Amino acid sequence: MSEAIRTLDGGRATSVPAWLGHVWEGSWKQGLFAAFTWAATALVTVALPDVVPWGSAGLFAKITGGGAIVFVALALLFPLLGRSGARLAHYGPWFIAIGVWLALWELTTAKFGWLPKPFFSPPHGLLNVYVTDGPRLLICIGYTLRLWGLGFLGGISVGYVLGVALGWSKKFEYWGMPILKLIGPVPATAWIPVTFYFFPTTFIASIFIVALASGIPVAILTASGVASINKSYYDVGHVLGASDWYLIRKIAVPGSMPHVFVGLFMGLYYSFAVLVVAEMLGARFGLGWYIQFETAYSGYANVYATLLIMAVLCSGVVRLLFVGRDRLLIWQKGFIS
Amino acid sequence: MSALASREPVAQPSLSLEIRDVSHQFDLGGSRLPVLDAVTLNVDAGEFVALLGPSGCGKSTLLRLISGLDTPSSGAILADGEAIRRPDPSRILVFQDPTLFPWATVQANVATGLEARGVLRAQRGRVDEALALTDLTAFAKAYPHQLSGGMAQRAALARALVNDPKLLLLDEPLGKLDSLTRLTLQEELVKLWRRRGFTAVLVTHDVEEALLLAGRIIVFSERPGRIKAEFKVDKGYPRRRDDPEIVALRREILGTLGLKT
Repeated sequence: MSEAIRTLDGGRATSVPAWLGHVWEGSWKQGLFAAFTWAATALVTVALPDVVPWGSAGLFAKITGGGAIVFVALALLFPLLGRSGARLAHYGPWFIAIGVWLALWELTTAKFGWLPKPFFSPPHGLLNVYVTDGPRLLICIGYTLRLWGLGFLGGISVGYVLGVALGWSKKFEYWGMPILKLIGPVPATAWIPVTFYFFPTTFIASIFIVALASGIPVAILTASGVASINKSYYDVGHVLGASDWYLIRKIAVPGSMPHVFVGLFMGLYYSFAVLVVAEMLGARFGLGWYIQFETAYSGYANVYATLLIMAVLCSGVVRLLFVGRDRLLIWQKGFIS
Repeated sequence: MSALASREPVAQPSLSLEIRDVSHQFDLGGSRLPVLDAVTLNVDAGEFVALLGPSGCGKSTLLRLISGLDTPSSGAILADGEAIRRPDPSRILVFQDPTLFPWATVQANVATGLEARGVLRAQRGRVDEALALTDLTAFAKAYPHQLSGGMAQRAALARALVNDPKLLLLDEPLGKLDSLTRLTLQEELVKLWRRRGFTAVLVTHDVEEALLLAGRIIVFSERPGRIKAEFKVDKGYPRRRDDPEIVALRREILGTLGLKT
């Protein structure tokens, strides 16, 4: 090889190795290492036989192998990536760990069968669930999002309006706060038996439960937020000729926002918890129902696959709320990016 | 700069104030704390009056009563001969703290009065004029926490002036500023007052500030506040703090306050 280069390029035989050395020096080492762990996973998946056939092993190997190729490409092109490269590099150790984790997971479940079989599924077992039961899972996601969306949005809307009224009006506070304080701490799930009796369909009952779980923290924190606004802001408003309605819209509402977001985050977590319980009890479709259904048939791969979907959905929604908060509360100190 | 001043002439740029035998008490859960005791004072239209006194003597309370935020326990306060019952944008109170709404930009803060009365759409230009007048145009889109103390107080002034108040009530608006910013803003206040012709009542415990700004200085006693003495400052503007007459008056006022210099 070097002989050939020497003849082609005269005396500059060292130029190619120098160029390669340059690439190596500028490359993203952790990316190369991640590529290695991902390639190892792919290799383990295809090279060793499964103790029980789980399906989709080939596809899983293609995905992890493809991931390895992408990492190699990114690692070599690293100097050209600029700022996004820096972000990528930040997660380097994670990419490596995921490769190691997947390889170990493969070995301990599908390949050696060390972990008890119906309860532990290899990663390509989960993949196989998405491949074979994808359409049904999509329907379940749709049902879950519909129930959650209606319940959460309904709950926080009512809770917010109630909270503003409680924080603003003394009379409302006198009558409303004791009731809210009495009922608020009762876990929303405790209402399930009665609500299923009160409402015509289990669907509406489930919406109510989710709404209750998300609405109560929003109501309480909105009320405390409105009540804790510096009184001199209202003085300023009065001096400048503002009506009560203006004071509510332009002082109480924006001023209580930091508290409201705390309530929204609490309500969000409660709503997830209650959502799944409600689905397990009386729904015909939905992720909670799916988990319940598959557990009955020892379809643990399906259960894990569903849990993974839930993790992605829930953390996605939480992330969305964070983005919303950062936009709305840009006026707070420390939020300026 | 002078756009605000040269705006279509307001029927009258200022109002006269009549404070008749006003006493006031705070309700402290059962007991009553007297803060003002039989205060009688007339302020002519366009006058600049400073209320001077030890802290806690009730002078800020008097401003709140004049603004209409609180009602006196007894006595009456009249603006242009009419009893004051509630706050009105013709009488604007500027607080010691800028009390800008932290969630709104400087521009939105300044626009508050116009927006609250539903005239913002028609008079949007006035917001820009007020920002220019207080040298804040570059900070129109900034949030209050991004402003320095002096800028925030200027924004509070702009928020007041945009409403063309006939009476500006200033509750130690420069009290918390550093001394350099203070001197600059004192000068700016006098300029604004002379240009716009509103009536001004300034609460302060800084004798020098009162002497530099006001045409008349009312000295209050300790709580419950009573009018103890009155001084006329017959001196044109701008005033110099080392002017012999000012220095002499300063000594005299400090004497009334029980201090020797």
